[in-house]
Amino acid sequence: MYRYIVKRLLLAVPTLVGAAALVFVLMRLIPGDVCVIRLGSGGAHVDPASVEACRQELGLNNPLIVQFLDFLWSYFTFDFGTSMWSGQPVTHEIAARLPVSLQIAVMATVIAVAIAIPLGTISALRENTWLDHVVRMVAIAGIATPSFWLGIMSLVLVLDITYLATGKAWMPPIQYVSFWQDPIHNLSMVLLPAITVGYRYSAVTMRMTRSAMLEVMREDYIRTARSKGLLEQIIINRHALKNALLPVVTLIGIEFAFLIGGLVVTEQVFNLNGIGRLFVQAVQNQDNVLTQALVMLVVVIFVVTNLVVDLLYAWLDPRIRFS
Amino acid sequence: MYVRTALWAAGLGVAAAIAAAPAGAQTPKKGGTLTYMISADASPSFDGHRETTFATVHAVAPYYSVLIRVPPDNPASTTEFVCDLCTELPKPTDGGKTYTFKIRQGVKFHDGSKLTAKDVAATWNKIVFPPKGVTSARVTYYSMVEKIEAPDDATVVFRLKTPSSAFLPAVADPFTWIYKKEIIDKDPRWYEKNIMGSGPFKFVSYAIGQSIKGERNPDYYHKGQPYLDAIEGIFAAKQSVRVDAIRGNRAAIEFRGMPPSARDELVKEAGKDIFVQDSDWNCGNIITPNHKKKPFDDVRVRRALALAVDQWKGAPALSKIAIVRTVGGIVFPGSPLAATKEELQQMAGYWPDIEKSRAEARRLLKEAGAEGLKFELTNRNVDQPYKFVGTWLIGEWKKIGLEVEQKVVPTGPWFQAMRTGAFDVVVDANCQSVVNPPLDTSKYLPQKVYPESYGGYDDPKSIELYNKMLAATDPKEQRAAMRAFEKHTLDTEAHAIVAPYWYRIVPARSYVKGWKISPSHYLNQDLANIWLDK
Amino acid sequence: MTIIAPNRVAADLIDEPTDRKRSTLDVALNFMKRQPLGSFGLLIVVVMFAAGVLAEWIAPFDPEENDFSAMMEAPNLVHWLGTDQLGRDIFSRLVFGARTALIVGFSAAFMGGIIGLVLGVSSAYFGGWFDLLFQRVLDVLMAFPLIILALAVVSVFGTGVFNVILAITIPLIPRCGRVVRASALSVREVPYVDAARALGFSHARIVLRHMVPNVIAPFLILLSAFVGQAILAEASLSYLGLGVQEPVPAWGLMLQGGAEEYATTAPWIAVFPGVAIMLTVLGISLFGDALRDAIDPKLRDR
Repeated sequence: MYRYIVKRLLLAVPTLVGAAALVFVLMRLIPGDVCVIRLGSGGAHVDPASVEACRQELGLNNPLIVQFLDFLWSYFTFDFGTSMWSGQPVTHEIAARLPVSLQIAVMATVIAVAIAIPLGTISALRENTWLDHVVRMVAIAGIATPSFWLGIMSLVLVLDITYLATGKAWMPPIQYVSFWQDPIHNLSMVLLPAITVGYRYSAVTMRMTRSAMLEVMREDYIRTARSKGLLEQIIINRHALKNALLPVVTLIGIEFAFLIGGLVVTEQVFNLNGIGRLFVQAVQNQDNVLTQALVMLVVVIFVVTNLVVDLLYAWLDPRIRFS
Repeated sequence: MYVRTALWAAGLGVAAAIAAAPAGAQTPKKGGTLTYMISADASPSFDGHRETTFATVHAVAPYYSVLIRVPPDNPASTTEFVCDLCTELPKPTDGGKTYTFKIRQGVKFHDGSKLTAKDVAATWNKIVFPPKGVTSARVTYYSMVEKIEAPDDATVVFRLKTPSSAFLPAVADPFTWIYKKEIIDKDPRWYEKNIMGSGPFKFVSYAIGQSIKGERNPDYYHKGQPYLDAIEGIFAAKQSVRVDAIRGNRAAIEFRGMPPSARDELVKEAGKDIFVQDSDWNCGNIITPNHKKKPFDDVRVRRALALAVDQWKGAPALSKIAIVRTVGGIVFPGSPLAATKEELQQMAGYWPDIEKSRAEARRLLKEAGAEGLKFELTNRNVDQPYKFVGTWLIGEWKKIGLEVEQKVVPTGPWFQAMRTGAFDVVVDANCQSVVNPPLDTSKYLPQKVYPESYGGYDDPKSIELYNKMLAATDPKEQRAAMRAFEKHTLDTEAHAIVAPYWYRIVPARSYVKGWKISPSHYLNQDLANIWLDK
Repeated sequence: MTIIAPNRVAADLIDEPTDRKRSTLDVALNFMKRQPLGSFGLLIVVVMFAAGVLAEWIAPFDPEENDFSAMMEAPNLVHWLGTDQLGRDIFSRLVFGARTALIVGFSAAFMGGIIGLVLGVSSAYFGGWFDLLFQRVLDVLMAFPLIILALAVVSVFGTGVFNVILAITIPLIPRCGRVVRASALSVREVPYVDAARALGFSHARIVLRHMVPNVIAPFLILLSAFVGQAILAEASLSYLGLGVQEPVPAWGLMLQGGAEEYATTAPWIAVFPGVAIMLTVLGISLFGDALRDAIDPKLRDR
């Protein structure tokens, strides 16, 4: 088991280096640089001498290979650099944004699982009835709806409904406060985005639960259990659901990993000061150091989540052996 | 009337503006917290000397004093300046080469220490002559300055190399916050990460990338001000969020300017709970063909591009959906130096008869062998008003048989395309703070003399006409010289097409009083004179 | 795992084995009875296809024509779905947008799918170092955020339909490659592949003739999902300003800018393109599900 974990972690090294190389190259393919944007974003004069000084200061004039090796080496020493845009350590920048994103990701996952597993199971058990059709339609609609559109529409609906009801439009708060500080403020801000994200997420999970359940219900041991005359309830809870959950857990894990990097659009819609929005800002400002750090963060989360999911898989299903 | 204060009646799309009585007629009430939206992502640093984005001004200006500024009770004036830290606006001596400012006494920094002329001089030396390793973004504004000194604690003297009418407007630049000498001597970059000034508000806290908070400075030197107990600015780059925030009363105002749609939406619903101010804006889009690329080296093609565009019909239509409104030439329409409508109509692209104009455009294209020309319009990835202007132009050009594809790129690549000349035609912008036409129009000079002119042309005649305009001392003579420079730029050579000037619309909850709109979103942002009527 | 012969799969796609003689009508009726949702999905897809192909004949207006005398009109008899902020007819833009969506959706899905298929199968077939390396590359691409890829593509090559397709294709490759590789691994050791190898057939021939047909079932299912994902990705990129650009009619683009600005005062600008995207992706997914049920032997042999 430990050998397996070590092997998996070693295999992650080339992935990380590959991702590092890719983000490094891509960021440098984009014409222009952070200095030009920073000095010119007001639409006023851009002084070429200042641009040059800024490039020099940020090391943008160094040979690319030197820049790349610097980048790799500093990560080995756990120094993630300072943002080219704000001059603050990137750890500082990221730490300030992580709570919102994490909270939404966790809440969306909880919402998704709470909706998806019961509905997916029912849908599978009542296959091809009208109930199944309705649940599937709802699920597929969740996948088919652009989540930013859903976000925009739900925000406007909230404003319109409260306006019609009370004569004064109400909107969720626009500044993040941690749950422990002010739970009501926190939840009223985060709930809507979490539902928007959670809906799509639950749709994906629901579909997976349904098809996994359908597959399991046709397995021989379920037939055996049925022929033994076991209660349907017990068959479903003890045998079918437990086995059907395997692929569902994988999916939840992978989706969660995507979520951290995938809140980009939702955070824009709701003006949440999270990782996704920071990502867009970093890329648009051509802040290479911050973008690199964020990409590496997303990749690490992805790798770790995959590992955890695999371990969980093995734990749920003792037939799987590490090899 | 180019600045209007208007109360919008409910349900009106574009209503006639009513010139309302200034809000100052009432006695200001004290107290309250102003929550306002800052329409951008957080500014990179707190140092105004270094940054260029208005986000820095909107977030940080309330914590600082400046030497001189546009009058807070009449910020719309394009020619008037008043003292903030000085006691009297100086008359230049020594043939226009020396300006002596008397500094107000008894002013305190927020840390309790005294602010003297030494601090003012040290700050200005940092702005005009930045030490090595320190960036001063607008250093080119002050190329006429030779020396800045503080002979005693109450006097600051600016000595110029040559007399210049551009000097005072440049000193009124809203980024020139006064820092403490002791601090910048020790670490000239301290102010990038810290805030410590002498302005109407004291800095309280900053939530990274999200919001900035301040509280009333009880020792403020302008008597009775500030009226507010506290201020809080929230960063929101997405416009819909800002509109929703004002609609839902999560914030009271946003100072940059919103498109008409936002105003209509707010006014339709909240009626007299929303108070709208609007003004022409000292910003505009300039459509620049790349003279180094065929066929744009041919003046006939450039003229055809201008002649195809129906400015007079396009501007009012665009003003319903985008933040543009007034047709203008190279000078800001609110300035006495600007062209009148009759003067504009003499030039290509402003002809009153659009059919005639388009026929001429087609004839020119045919003559130049560029019929049905296909090209790319490089534009910046910003909705308001860049993409609206771009999409409008493409529609206009289609009417003379041109096939134009819009290439929209993010800010960095957009700058880079202009700087390296990698474009056919580009939507450029000219956006200045203090209205200063002699300086602002240098954008139309050849790149050789003005590095941020991106058309890639060389034109000695243009430089000659510009210098003649600069040298003119009599306002009437200067105006005539400006017309000649303008006609040469837009008509004879058609170096560029000036899209309708931006139009600033600032809707606010009507309990926000005391703030007045100006032609630039950079100006008048220390919030000292704002009060809440609740 | 059951091994499906390629011709059998093809037959299943048409729904019924050829040995039972039936009229086309019967086949269709049977499909509709067994797959009501799938039929509904197919119907939507067919309508969208028709709109995209016949756009010139269906659309009453030029989708790129600005009309300042008809800005932001609510749906009426002339402009059935209203007009947008530049006075363009929304119905016409939707119809032409169907073309853009289908071009983007299908090109990205097919390009991503086919590259993923070829790479996935070869990786499984060759194994060893090639496989290990390939997996690492897939990991990198899987974990890499789409927005950076898209931004780099757009910044370097500019915006345009082709570049958007390119940006969307790249992240689809690993998703396909991984699934295909897993399926291909299971047929790698099957006797007839060994036999083919023993007979000295070329690698290309073995991969293409013997392995590819056997992974075609999961591949087709994936492909139908990809078309939907690509259309959604195009919308998201457009929302971030990185997609297709004005004045090209595209649904995602129609949701950007105006949609948010006018969501209250002129909701039709935002609602219809959103509905169009939703319906299309819904239709494709429903049809894809039906396809899966028809192909997947485990589910079929009930």
